Amino acid sequence: MILKFSKNSKTKIDEILERYPNKQAATLPVLFIAQREFGHLSREAMEAVAKILETSYAHVYGVATFYTLYNKKPVGKYHVQICGNLSCSIMGGENIQEYLKKKLKLNFGETTQDGKFTLSSVECLASCGTGPAMQINEAYYEKLTPEKVDEILNSLK
Amino acid sequence: METILTPNFNLPDSHTLPVYEKTGGYKTLHKLLKMRPDEVIEEVKKSGLRGRGGAGFGTGLKWSFVPKDPPGPRYLCVNADEGEPGTFKDRALLEKDPHRLIEGSVMCAYAIGAAVGYIYIRGEFDLPYRRIEAALQEAYQKGYLGKNILGSPFSFDLYTHQGAGAYICGEETALLNSIEGKRGEPRIKPPFPAISGLFGAPTVINNVETLSALPYIIEKGAEAYASIGTPKSTGTKLFSVSGPVKKPGVYEVPLGYPLRKFLDEYAGGLMEGKILKAVIPGGSSVPVLTAQEVEEVNLDYESLQEHGSMLGSGGMIVIPDDFCMVHALEILAHFYSHESCGQCSPCREGTAWIYKILKRLEKGQGTPEDLDLLIDISNGMAGQTICVLSDALAMPVKSFLAKFKNEFEEHISLGYCPHRASFRTSGAPTYLSSDQLLWSPRFQSL
Ligand SMILES: Cc1cc2nc3c(=O)[nH]c(=O)nc-3n(C[C@H](O)[C@H](O)[C@H](O)COP(=O)(O)O)c2cc1C
Ligand code: SF4
Ligand code: FES
Repeated sequence: MILKFSKNSKTKIDEILERYPNKQAATLPVLFIAQREFGHLSREAMEAVAKILETSYAHVYGVATFYTLYNKKPVGKYHVQICGNLSCSIMGGENIQEYLKKKLKLNFGETTQDGKFTLSSVECLASCGTGPAMQINEAYYEKLTPEKVDEILNSLK
Repeated sequence: METILTPNFNLPDSHTLPVYEKTGGYKTLHKLLKMRPDEVIEEVKKSGLRGRGGAGFGTGLKWSFVPKDPPGPRYLCVNADEGEPGTFKDRALLEKDPHRLIEGSVMCAYAIGAAVGYIYIRGEFDLPYRRIEAALQEAYQKGYLGKNILGSPFSFDLYTHQGAGAYICGEETALLNSIEGKRGEPRIKPPFPAISGLFGAPTVINNVETLSALPYIIEKGAEAYASIGTPKSTGTKLFSVSGPVKKPGVYEVPLGYPLRKFLDEYAGGLMEGKILKAVIPGGSSVPVLTAQEVEEVNLDYESLQEHGSMLGSGGMIVIPDDFCMVHALEILAHFYSHESCGQCSPCREGTAWIYKILKRLEKGQGTPEDLDLLIDISNGMAGQTICVLSDALAMPVKSFLAKFKNEFEEHISLGYCPHRASFRTSGAPTYLSSDQLLWSPRFQSL
């Protein structure tokens, strides 16, 4: 199947291309646009990126696999990313990690059957002073307690 | 104390242009544009400003390496990749005062003759990204950015470039590759970026906090800046403090401030019932200080170095008495082994081995030989590689083992982690309710 960018995304990509002296430099931002549009970076999505940037699939694949924010596999509607680094751990982050695993019945890297939640352990989110911290999709949640986690997860429909 | 970086932090809507302008923001651009670029560089040199991204290199000196009239373009890259565990000060600057960074960036670009700049911002950052994007738009509308800034012949375009989740892209040459749309692998130096950087052109890479100090330096002059701090460590520095202190957060202090006093007066001291064991003063890559050393050291480049540590990024992690040092180091080793880009074998293999050994030590399955092995591996990792990520794990390993060896030995002799006895016996962690958790829910931040 050949994937095509929407008109909207194409306009955005044209705008971005103006910022750089060559097309390849836009690989990172265009991969983000592809991920937003196609859900995750399948081979077809990466081929669409290669085509629009006039570069090779191999280049795009090499870049996409280097960075953790590009999802090469589908992720749930809500990607729960809990910090496992030092400051958060000192503030009880490991309890929150275990609590999330138990509550969602997931190990890190897994997605619920209904496709609603994916759970990941991530590195420092630069929220160390307000840890334990997690990020769900774009939003940061800080100073977590089990009660707060319950509240947050219940609010996600 | 006079603040240089954070005077607006407590003003409502401090991130907006009207508030920045009302407090004198962008006024100094008129003065800047009347100076010659080499005068600007000279002023920054005289101020003694050093890079706040971690390495502490003289900012004016770095700029002076950029060729004056190269045939092609020159670039500025703003390092807003903030990923060093324990560090969250650039995030505060981006969220609370993005215009100060933009004004500082214009000043640097003018000095080095760059017509284009990129703000390389961590991909995880959402609010900081929205704030800087909005601020850029405001600045363009008012003619502080773009063609013929304030009617002068100087033009400068500044764009954001979002990272995608790789700590190594904070390293300046990896950052360049990442802006070029490549894998974020550090480059072999030389050539240094000032000669051949972004797209092969002369480039300056500066940290958010470094650039945010420039409006003050250009407005008030190098001497005013240099009169703050110590003779060798001039000016102020942001420290982001985390761990069980009463008031974790981001604070601006004059360099040379005593660490103990900082912890008590700014961070509010330790939480009730917590005893200080150690402090990592400058982000996870720097050697750890014992509670005793905390009493003696001042927050400046020289004093920290004399005590075997470094100022680094100013990401201060406070470790309490009841937190296991073997586990703390295990967490850091996991981080560096996960973030190694894999180009150099001492780093790729060394970080992975150190993590593996620490994992077994933490479980109580280590041997006394493991401790020697850790030192051997660390010695083989430092100074052998393309970038210093490798040293960034080797240094903490050596300092943890030198200063807290007793805890490692205790794990070996007991056969388990004394701090985690409950984890071990129950076979599974216990779920604490929030009133039993380690932190006070009311603490104040930022
Ligand atoms: C592994 C690694 C990660 C780094 N991460 C950052 C970072 O997130 N932010 C930053 O400003 N500097 C970081 N640095 C330092 C940069 O390489 C560079 O020295 C700095 O951006 C220069 O700016 P300054 O002189 O204004 O400090 C990192 C260095 C290494 C080796
Ligand atoms: S030292 Fe490590 S992170 Fe740096 S270039 Fe080598 S392998 Fe990559
Ligand atoms: S250690 Fe968790 S956000 Fe920094």
